[in-house]
Amino acid sequence: MQFTAEHEELRRTWRTVIDREINPYVDEWEQEGIFPAHAVFKKLGDAGLLGVDKPVEFGGAGLDFSYAMVCSESLGHVNGGSVPMAVGVQISMATPALARFGSDDLRREFLAPSISGDYVACLGVSEVGAGSDVASIKTTARRVGGDYVINGGKMWTTNGTQADWMCLLANTGEGDAHRNKSLLCVPMKTKGVQVVKKLDKLGMRASDTAQIFFDEVKVPVRNLIGQEGMGFVYQMKQFQEERLWAGAGTLQGCDRIINATIDYTRERKVFGRPLLDNQVIHFRLAELKSEVEGLRALVYRACEEYLAGNDVTMLASMAKLKAGRLRREVSDACLQYWGGAGYLWDNPVGRSFRDGRLGSIGGGADEIMLQIIAKLMGTLPKPAAK
Amino acid sequence: MQLTPEHEQIRRTLRTIIDRDINPHVDDWEQAGIFPAHDVFKKLGDAGLLGINKPVEYGGAGLDYSYAMVMAEELGHINCGSVPMAIGVQTDMATPALARFGNDALRKEFLAPSIAGDYVACLGVSEVGAGSDVASIKTTARRVGGDYVINGGKMWTTNGTQADWMCLLANTGDGSVHRNKSLICLPMKTKGVQVVKKLDKLGMRSSDTAQIFFDEVKVPVRNLIGQEGMGFTYQMQQFQEERLWGAISAVVGMDRLIDQTIEYTRDRKAFGRSLLDNQVIHFKLAELKTEVEVLRSLCYRACEEYLAGNDVTMLASMAKLKAGRVVRQVADGCLQYWGGAGYLWESPTARAFRDTRLASIGGGADEVMLQIICKHMGTLPRLENR
Repeated sequence: MQFTAEHEELRRTWRTVIDREINPYVDEWEQEGIFPAHAVFKKLGDAGLLGVDKPVEFGGAGLDFSYAMVCSESLGHVNGGSVPMAVGVQISMATPALARFGSDDLRREFLAPSISGDYVACLGVSEVGAGSDVASIKTTARRVGGDYVINGGKMWTTNGTQADWMCLLANTGEGDAHRNKSLLCVPMKTKGVQVVKKLDKLGMRASDTAQIFFDEVKVPVRNLIGQEGMGFVYQMKQFQEERLWAGAGTLQGCDRIINATIDYTRERKVFGRPLLDNQVIHFRLAELKSEVEGLRALVYRACEEYLAGNDVTMLASMAKLKAGRLRREVSDACLQYWGGAGYLWDNPVGRSFRDGRLGSIGGGADEIMLQIIAKLMGTLPKPAAK
Repeated sequence: MQLTPEHEQIRRTLRTIIDRDINPHVDDWEQAGIFPAHDVFKKLGDAGLLGINKPVEYGGAGLDYSYAMVMAEELGHINCGSVPMAIGVQTDMATPALARFGNDALRKEFLAPSIAGDYVACLGVSEVGAGSDVASIKTTARRVGGDYVINGGKMWTTNGTQADWMCLLANTGDGSVHRNKSLICLPMKTKGVQVVKKLDKLGMRSSDTAQIFFDEVKVPVRNLIGQEGMGFTYQMQQFQEERLWGAISAVVGMDRLIDQTIEYTRDRKAFGRSLLDNQVIHFKLAELKTEVEVLRSLCYRACEEYLAGNDVTMLASMAKLKAGRVVRQVADGCLQYWGGAGYLWESPTARAFRDTRLASIGGGADEVMLQIICKHMGTLPRLENR
């Protein structure tokens, strides 16, 4: 993939904003267990960073997906996984379906303010009993007059305590689990929406993750994204971008950790020489860097194929899988060479170790990626391959 | 990298020759410990496949490197590693420097017949005491009148017992080991060239690998490729292509081995169901396939960068390293699921297991790739980082 001057400009803009508005505060936010999403998103929105691949009519820049991928890659410069994840939810997880299939009115109401950074979005797919197995969600939205009445609950909702609206997946009918679901825009201030608790997590400490209940929540039927019953299909499409996002988002974070480890081990003297001079260390870092470049090549190739209009389910799933595996490998290996320093709470490698662990779980676990790849290879046992 | 119909045409042409003139004979050749290089190369030469990216004046097709890469990839359809390796020596290891730096007369004498398939070429770099550490070779070519007089020996010479000429690296002077070497075209029939023995190897059984001695071998000074003293530099450039070739040529063989393993385990029943229905097997195959796609992406990316005129030493070294690692993982992983059948001498898994083991050794060992990558990362200890 050949990048243009515009891609480079986008990278520079991100870097400037991250250095000025984000990185100086990450430690504080990690301590507090939340970051001020509205304040941060407004700054990103003002810089035109929240809608690079969204339609210009709603404030986006109307560029292709390669620019969104560059956003994800650039976010790896943030010193921690929480803020990139929150931004990713806003740009590539909660809004692609709305941008593509939503009516003009709905896009004006929810998409435009999400692109400008006035609204914080969250995605309501996972539930207590249904994470990677999306088809089995239980939340319902039944039609009563001109409204949907929503009951049930969502789990693992990133941005959940601060969001202004949720892109909600709910069952709007009976029958086939792949055709009875719809995506709805739900304002979080609606009566009956209850944020039950902010979850306490191993990592991603500056990101607020919520459990949410819906008790007879009414939203007008016009809040439906696209067609009723198409929610599962839309969400599966939305997942493609989420997975490519995850693949791209891992790259620079890994680069950053490897580079920090080079710097640290060069300074740190043991037995009279820099730690880095041990062949086992500089070879290991070279091997990790090779794996990162391999992942980068895979992500770029998937992006290129996606832009060419090809189905990239397999490549995107492979990228997501590889990203999950590699982030853990890089964090764990690098932490080792920092010794006790790497074990400290605020150490960037220690944070990567905690935050990166989510990569193999969120957005479809590694095992789901393997399932998808196996399905496309035609190797799943028959009963499961329906 | 977007492939054109011309790329596909090359694949088809090569595929036809492989299916008709190569694969039906591979088992015999493996048994015989050698394959008829002149016959096979003549067929490839007649089809225009030995000079895809070589100058048209000498019978080449004058296409860019991506076409050569596609050919190397397609060679993976051959049922062994030996024949692809021999072809790779001819097209990507022994001839790039000659094509690029040789004078017209020399290219007419050695390059044109190598492209036509009349000559078999070999590369003389490695010696008994110098493999990956090229700078320390001992073979000398001293100038006496209008001749070079060559003394010394080469080791691990692929195509060595059948070759018509060798692209020889020798010391033509004293002084800096990076500036005292030259590349010379050496006809193998010259008096004093002695093929000491055909080496008996763990794998690559149908490829003849020779040890060769030079005793007062005289070749005219006009056989010098390019400038005297530039041999090390030319060879380093030639290595780039060798490494990319080594990486991409591994890909399709792995695809095939994985596919064959899927077929085998689907048919093979154990405990009342297909072996493939075991999740540990179809997940493992999906994971291996992911690693293969990472390697393919890395090669394509390196190729793209190479075509854009960028230095790809680091990416090519990473691709070569990754290839060496992944082929062993795939061959070993697949062999396991074939059980006893995979352990049979002529099974595709056993052959892959034997043949691919060379990838981490030949063309610069994994550890040399790591060294190069470290050098580019700036992490080598000062003394080694010359």
